[in-house]
Amino acid sequence: MSGPAQLSVPLVTVAEEKIAAATQLQLTWWRFRKHKVAVAGGVIVILFYLAAVFADFLAVTPPHATDAARSYIPPQAVHWFDDDGSFKPYVYALKGRRDMRTFKLIYVPDPADKRYVVWFAEGYAYELLGAFETKRHILGLDRGVPEDALFLLGTDQLGRDVWSRLMLATRTSLTIGLIGVALSLFLGVLLGGISGLYGGAIDTVIQRVIEILRSIPTIPLWMGLAAALPADWSVTQVYISITVIISLIGWTELARVVRGRFLALREEEFITAAELAGASQLRIIFRHMVPSFLSHIIAAISLALPAMIISETTLSFLGLGLRPPAISWGVLLQDGQNIQALAHAPWLLFVAVPVIVVILAFNFLGDGLRDAADPYG
Amino acid sequence: MAEPILSVRGLETYFRPDEGIVRAVDGASFDLYPGRTLGIVGESGCGKSVTARSILRIVERPGKVERGEVLLRRSDGRVVDLVTIDAQGAGMRDIRGGEIGYVFQEPMSSLSSFHTIGNQVIEAIRLHRAVSAKDARARAIELLQLVGIPRPEQRIDSYSFELSGGLRQRVMIALALAAEPRILIADEPTTALDVTTQAQILELIRKIQAERNLAVILITHDMGVIAEMADAVSVMYLGKVVESGPVDTIFHAPRHPYTQALLRSIPSVLAEPRSRLATIAGGIQHPYARPPGCPFHPRCQSFMPGVCDRNAPPVTKLDAEHEVRCFLYGAPARSAT
Amino acid sequence: MTTEQTVLSVEGLKKYFPIRRGLLRRVVGQVKAVDDVSFTIDRGETLSLVGESGCGKTTTSRCILRAIQPTAGAIQFRTDQNREVDVAGLTRTELRPLRRQMQMIFQDPYSSLNPRMTIADIIGEPLLVNGMGNLAARRNRVAELLDVVQLPRAYMNRFPHAFSGGQRQRIGIARALALNPALIVADEPVSALDVSVQAQIINLMLELQDRLRLSYLFVAHDLSVVKHVSHRVAVMYVGKMVEVASTSTLFRAPRHPYTEALLSAVPVPDPRQRAKRIVLEGEVADPSRVPPGCAFHPRCRYAVERCRVETPTLEQIAPNRWVSCHRVRELTLQGVVS
Repeated sequence: MSGPAQLSVPLVTVAEEKIAAATQLQLTWWRFRKHKVAVAGGVIVILFYLAAVFADFLAVTPPHATDAARSYIPPQAVHWFDDDGSFKPYVYALKGRRDMRTFKLIYVPDPADKRYVVWFAEGYAYELLGAFETKRHILGLDRGVPEDALFLLGTDQLGRDVWSRLMLATRTSLTIGLIGVALSLFLGVLLGGISGLYGGAIDTVIQRVIEILRSIPTIPLWMGLAAALPADWSVTQVYISITVIISLIGWTELARVVRGRFLALREEEFITAAELAGASQLRIIFRHMVPSFLSHIIAAISLALPAMIISETTLSFLGLGLRPPAISWGVLLQDGQNIQALAHAPWLLFVAVPVIVVILAFNFLGDGLRDAADPYG
Repeated sequence: MAEPILSVRGLETYFRPDEGIVRAVDGASFDLYPGRTLGIVGESGCGKSVTARSILRIVERPGKVERGEVLLRRSDGRVVDLVTIDAQGAGMRDIRGGEIGYVFQEPMSSLSSFHTIGNQVIEAIRLHRAVSAKDARARAIELLQLVGIPRPEQRIDSYSFELSGGLRQRVMIALALAAEPRILIADEPTTALDVTTQAQILELIRKIQAERNLAVILITHDMGVIAEMADAVSVMYLGKVVESGPVDTIFHAPRHPYTQALLRSIPSVLAEPRSRLATIAGGIQHPYARPPGCPFHPRCQSFMPGVCDRNAPPVTKLDAEHEVRCFLYGAPARSAT
Repeated sequence: MTTEQTVLSVEGLKKYFPIRRGLLRRVVGQVKAVDDVSFTIDRGETLSLVGESGCGKTTTSRCILRAIQPTAGAIQFRTDQNREVDVAGLTRTELRPLRRQMQMIFQDPYSSLNPRMTIADIIGEPLLVNGMGNLAARRNRVAELLDVVQLPRAYMNRFPHAFSGGQRQRIGIARALALNPALIVADEPVSALDVSVQAQIINLMLELQDRLRLSYLFVAHDLSVVKHVSHRVAVMYVGKMVEVASTSTLFRAPRHPYTEALLSAVPVPDPRQRAKRIVLEGEVADPSRVPPGCAFHPRCRYAVERCRVETPTLEQIAPNRWVSCHRVRELTLQGVVS
């Protein structure tokens, strides 16, 4: 063999050249795309976060507006077609009266009082994206305020609209996950990186700390920490403290992933090759190692997020996390905690549905990402 | 010559992953005789391991035996076609291990590290033979002795991770022989081993073959091992058996351009120091993108444009035992378009 | 014995790995991976280190490149300014300018290329980190290097996943050549390749050596490959050198029983040469529990009482010929006949 002429230089098609020069990101995306369930999971997650961003827009009534006269209204029947058969959704206003034998409030529709549902109606005032003052909401009624007549998912004991509260709860619960994961990520990458890179005594100490943290039963720990929070703290203060508490445990998993990747990569020959070429330690870490495990981190995050969400929901449900007047999935589920409420108002449990959906969606997405993350594996 | 114990006819095993189709084995035929060794040799992607797995019906999904016959002559004289038997059924399980023993390349991953090697051998014995636990243990010790494991009475209770690579491969052979099969399929049995250990294992296979009149299929990429061990050789390239014949013919009178080029390009201890090797141009194509016609044509010195890249060459019988799949020896099919 | 021609001279190289046990990680023993190894390599010469797994050949090569810190010994390297430097005693920073003169070709063409970098970035990295040229100059040099290893320049923007094992190994060679090194350590560079591709890489390495007057330290277990590339061969067994000789002498007339057995075990690709093999008993000794005396004695068919108690030393028995065996003067051993 003496010259390039003898080498097989296959006629390269455009498609082949595209694959040959494809970056890591493209390969990952191509593989991820084939994973239909994961793509569906991704779409659902995106929809949920859109709902979190536009929570006030999607809510129809002020989420804190209470009225004892509207207690425990069941989800309302929406009539889709008007009398003339045209598509014009409307609802009947409800008339409450007390059943004199059970002393229970029962609501009957009043056919005389027909209210049409309108899109992009005006409602209570809020700040869109925290910047623009607006009164637009996705739905409203042609007459009167929605809190008088529109109860898509019913009301709770204090007469608050469950749909509207659910929208705002979605915002709280999904962002608490994000902030928690960001904090965990910082701690995990930092400590895991130090552990994997330096090894020796530092590694041993960090690993022992992780083991100890992971061996503490989480719920009693949270209980202790949550109980230590002063009762007079504002909702925001409690919210931030809860995220900190959750991520104090959450970082350990990420730290293990990062450390594992560092250890595995140190053995890779291309790392040795870079070292022998004279590359500096910083270059080896940031040019060779970090890009190699970035995809693993992203997958780990997408699996850590649902764990965070569940943690918040659990804590708040147990009354240890967020407390009213804050609104989160856990807080809403807490309303359904007693048998009596459940017997009277089973729709309060509907809140569990978005929790289940989003957790499943996250898990599918995470699995898909993890499989796609290593196009070379 | 006696009746073949195993005849493979037109075996085709395809993989159909999402990306397309891989014709891993595309029309392999050969015969195996008792007491003889058939060497299947080829480079990566040639389909030699899939051939072995197809015979045993353990091809992993999305692979499937599509066509062909694997005729096994059982000890009672009946001939069964393994392709038509249910791969997961009791009949095939009885044949695997019972009639055909097999040894794979990786002795570490083929042995369980949760059970002692003794228990694994005993299990293999009792799977196929109705013997008491005590007799099975005695037979296991005998087997370990046979494959040259020192102090088998003690080693029988050790775990695979306590053994060296060479000893593990010996245990694998003991496992393969547990039910006294008449055929042994060894897929790269020495590739992971050092050269002196390789010599020990090859010696062992030869010894057991002579004692038991075993028919052996030896699959390897190493022409040296083939020259050492085989009686007959099938050379494979990208799913096709390109040439087959007696070992001496294959090494001293090869006819297929691939066999010829391959033999010239192997480094040898017999060569002059620092002598240049003949090379085969280019690399092996990925099985996904197997060239049309003869799969070797892009690298072939005797490539005939318009012939080799159009049609798959037919099998030409050069003499009773020597077959080659190349247009140099057989007229191109008349249906050429 | 070092001359102007000597590029590398290794003396008394040792690498012991401590065995630690228990909670306090106390050192309970030593794995003598490399135990008192000495050799030299001249300019334009290939010295092969051969032996079976655990013999210390890879550890030796990594010590020379200081990918591993040796326990003891001197590694004298002659720089391009014709100065002799002991690589073993240098700090990381002192080492960096020397790195460019000693490069490595790796065994696994898959793990040795960063899958997330283009070919241009991989081959250009040694140039970049040593501050050589601007982007355009570096790309020119990469193109030249692709010519040298006989790959089309158009492949520059591709990622490693688009290449076969043989092509990847060419890329690895191009990277090793980027800085014009004097010495290249090649650790089993063809053992992961298919036979038909092996020959291409072996020939390429031979060509490059002649053209660029490279010195190779070639680490391999395959004696057939070794015969095709080396001027001299050093045989190692459990951390020690047992025999060093020129290639033709070593293969024709080995003087150490282990070399003899090793040669005899190599399968010859010719069915008419099915010779009676010397099949060694037992296994390669565990380097953490080296047998007393000569480490090879439990497997040696010529062993006598002296071999069990007294450790032999590597002694020169002829010009360019060293053997470590008590019975070197009495034994006549069999080589390969060609």
